[in-house]
Amino acid sequence: MAADKYTQFVSRGWGRDLAKRLGLPQPVELRRHVPDAPLVPGPVLLVGTGEGADAVETALKGWDVEVRRDAGTGRAVPSAAQTAAHDGGKAPSSSGPPERRERLGAIVLALDGIGAPEGLSAPFLAAGAALRSLAPGGRVVTLSRRSSTADEPAVAAARSSVEGALRSLARELRSGATGNGILLAEGVPADAPSALGALRFLLSGRSAFVDGQFLTVGTAKGEVPADPERPLAGKVAVVTGAARGIGAEIARTLARDGAKVVAVDVPAAGDALAKVANDVRGTALQLDITTPDAGERILDHALHRHGGLDIVVHNAGITRDKLLANMDAARWDAVIAVNIAAQLRINEALLASDRFRDGARIVSVASTSGIAGNRGQTNYAASKAGVMGMVRSTAARLAATGGTVNAVAPGFIETDMTARIPFAMREVGRRINSLQQGGQPVDVAEAIAFLASDAAGGISGNVLRVCGQYWMGQ
Amino acid sequence: MPITQPAPVRKAVVVGGNRIPFARANGAYTETSNLDMLTAALDGLVARFGLADERIGEVAAGAVLKHSRDFNLTREAVLGSALSPETPAYDVQQACATGLETVLSLSDKIKLGRIDSAIAGGVDTTSDAPIVVSEGLRRAVLELSRAKTVQQKLKALSRIRPKDLTPVAPGTAEPRTGLSMGEHQALTTKQWGITREAQDELALASHRNLAAAYERGFFDDLLTPYRGLTRDQNLRPDTTPERMASLKPVFGRHLGAEASMTAGNSTPLTDGASAVLLASEDWAAERDLPVLAEIVDGEAAAVDFVHGKDGLLMAPVFAVPRMLARLGLTLEDFDYFEIHEAFAGTVLAALAAWEDEDFCRERLGLDGAFGKVDRAKLNVNGSSLAAGHPFAATGGRIAATLAKQLHERTRAGDLGRPARGLVSVCAAGGMGVVAVLEGR
Repeated sequence: MAADKYTQFVSRGWGRDLAKRLGLPQPVELRRHVPDAPLVPGPVLLVGTGEGADAVETALKGWDVEVRRDAGTGRAVPSAAQTAAHDGGKAPSSSGPPERRERLGAIVLALDGIGAPEGLSAPFLAAGAALRSLAPGGRVVTLSRRSSTADEPAVAAARSSVEGALRSLARELRSGATGNGILLAEGVPADAPSALGALRFLLSGRSAFVDGQFLTVGTAKGEVPADPERPLAGKVAVVTGAARGIGAEIARTLARDGAKVVAVDVPAAGDALAKVANDVRGTALQLDITTPDAGERILDHALHRHGGLDIVVHNAGITRDKLLANMDAARWDAVIAVNIAAQLRINEALLASDRFRDGARIVSVASTSGIAGNRGQTNYAASKAGVMGMVRSTAARLAATGGTVNAVAPGFIETDMTARIPFAMREVGRRINSLQQGGQPVDVAEAIAFLASDAAGGISGNVLRVCGQYWMGQ
Repeated sequence: MPITQPAPVRKAVVVGGNRIPFARANGAYTETSNLDMLTAALDGLVARFGLADERIGEVAAGAVLKHSRDFNLTREAVLGSALSPETPAYDVQQACATGLETVLSLSDKIKLGRIDSAIAGGVDTTSDAPIVVSEGLRRAVLELSRAKTVQQKLKALSRIRPKDLTPVAPGTAEPRTGLSMGEHQALTTKQWGITREAQDELALASHRNLAAAYERGFFDDLLTPYRGLTRDQNLRPDTTPERMASLKPVFGRHLGAEASMTAGNSTPLTDGASAVLLASEDWAAERDLPVLAEIVDGEAAAVDFVHGKDGLLMAPVFAVPRMLARLGLTLEDFDYFEIHEAFAGTVLAALAAWEDEDFCRERLGLDGAFGKVDRAKLNVNGSSLAAGHPFAATGGRIAATLAKQLHERTRAGDLGRPARGLVSVCAAGGMGVVAVLEGR
């Protein structure tokens, strides 16, 4: 899971100096999840007051994180941030004895009480003043309310303003730091399990390649896992397309988080599939997901071999790229059949069973191509946009039974597939995001593992991008 | 305190199987060793049934062409697999019957309560076959190692002749007759009057049945692709009677116009491996594992081919009647027959012998003909002519394939009783091992 060669080159020694002098992109190795490591690489500056700020403070302290409060009124700037608000490693220019420079692990803005656009000024300026002391791999997380058509115009404006400000702030961050937000639906308390679950995920190394994104918490459902290192303990998860690449990493990550994994892939990939299944101490199911009874066979395997089914990850996907002018029916139809039609059919079969329906967790892999479009991928983008449509519709259906369905949209991820892209295109592809590098398969897997967990029980119908804040689309 | 007696005999069942696709010699697995292939077959089985880290009662497998460094082949494969390293293993070598013998002997251990679970298997490669030095060189080198003085050493070395330096590759020739297996079968084929047409027809059916089984996904949970191969390399789904008929005889050419054995109706040299998961009913139930079939019984036999009394590969002809007499069954009581196709002539000679009243009376000691095998029930998912025959791996292939077929038929319920299957495998040295399985 090493960083690409360019990132390694500009991360240390004279390569770093050279890149700095020439103004070249300076990606750094991202802070990723390490078992039992601290949640954030330093104390958290909590900006704001009210219900949200109090809930966040209580949660952070419960996670053994040091908290610095700032009311966000523009007057009380904490000493830690103040002394550290100078860049370049030089000693503070104040006349007193130089204080030990403190690096903030994260800045959390509790903005759930904002009622007008003017209210954003103080908290964002306070955060801005502290930005330079944010540690490498630090986090900025906003907690605010989702705007809706039912809001007063000023309230809606203020709530939407948060999104614009955060997305811009995220683009200004350097050294592997990211900025993301949590949107609470009306009536969902700030200490709802999924609000705190999302906060923990966004602060942690698990969200390394998630940048400039918002997670919407729609309900107060969900549960905080007993053991944060094994949030999927006791769950049975099916992962399609698990023989290699992102799918194999999803299987490994779900297993690491405690799940029993059924690794599914086409019979022709059985060799690699067996290795993955044995690695994660799960089982291999050689199955073409486009066969009409694929859903029944998955359910049958999970119930008979593992006594249940809790999580389904629709990861299997194919590309058959051609400009539309050159596209043939075989290419178009194959992509639709595997990437979306099979998922629809399998969901239909699984959700017909009361062994899966209650508390079901479905996570689909979409793609940024499905959001922004991509030349030569009309078929693929159609299928992936279809996945997002399916997720939104299915979420409504699952609401009654406590199930959730979400999608993860990866951007440029370093896999065997992207390694085959011609060099120049690949270099461009991996640099045109805020983190100036491609993500790793595990970054996608971490997002899926979070959405599949009990902590995400109040999050449904979301499409979470794992793209390092790709330049295109939201 | 009295010794606690072993548990009374219980049932041994087939949970499932796994094999890698069989490759033609010097084909897809040219660079692959017996150890690699057997490990892959085990790992595929482990993945299918979630057995990673599981301590299995015992694993038995073997190879016919085995290098001396592979003295602990099966145990080494276990150590290289995802199974618990605390799983014991042993090697078996009974020529082409190796695989079926491991199934039967491990089943017996399960039935006696000595183990609760087992993996039977086999592997063979003719591409990576061991090459040995000549007998002359071997003796000289051994003498050299015993020599103490320079003079003795020189004497030992002086015994080596240039011809001794030629390495010896293993062949399929019988040590006592010098005839290859094919030449032996050519004699039997002629003795029983088996025609070229009948042999070609059987070979064609084997290819068609195997291809159809692949088409309907029958092998999806019996096989794990390996080294880029997803189907048996020898399978020719589109072969025709005309193409079969155009092949020239390769065995029994001294018979002239009567020579009938071609590369099409004889099995090719093949590389591959197979594994079968066996268990007691309780062990399978505790793990929510499926039960495909029960291993009911088995029997071994041998014939005196050296003096020409019977054909080299005719031992199963004797084993089956003995076993069925014990079980109170006849050929009519079976729904499926898995008769290993070493050569098409082997299968057809066995069927002819069982239908021959004189032979059955005189040689089998029966009152009349033993019976007729319904050809519609024979090798319904193809056999060695199409799949190939990596000697020791064939028994595992057949046991798992038949067990699944019996399970499907039993579940279909149309018989009103469990489906029954007969397995027959002939082997070098004039031996044969046969078995009865019953579906669940």
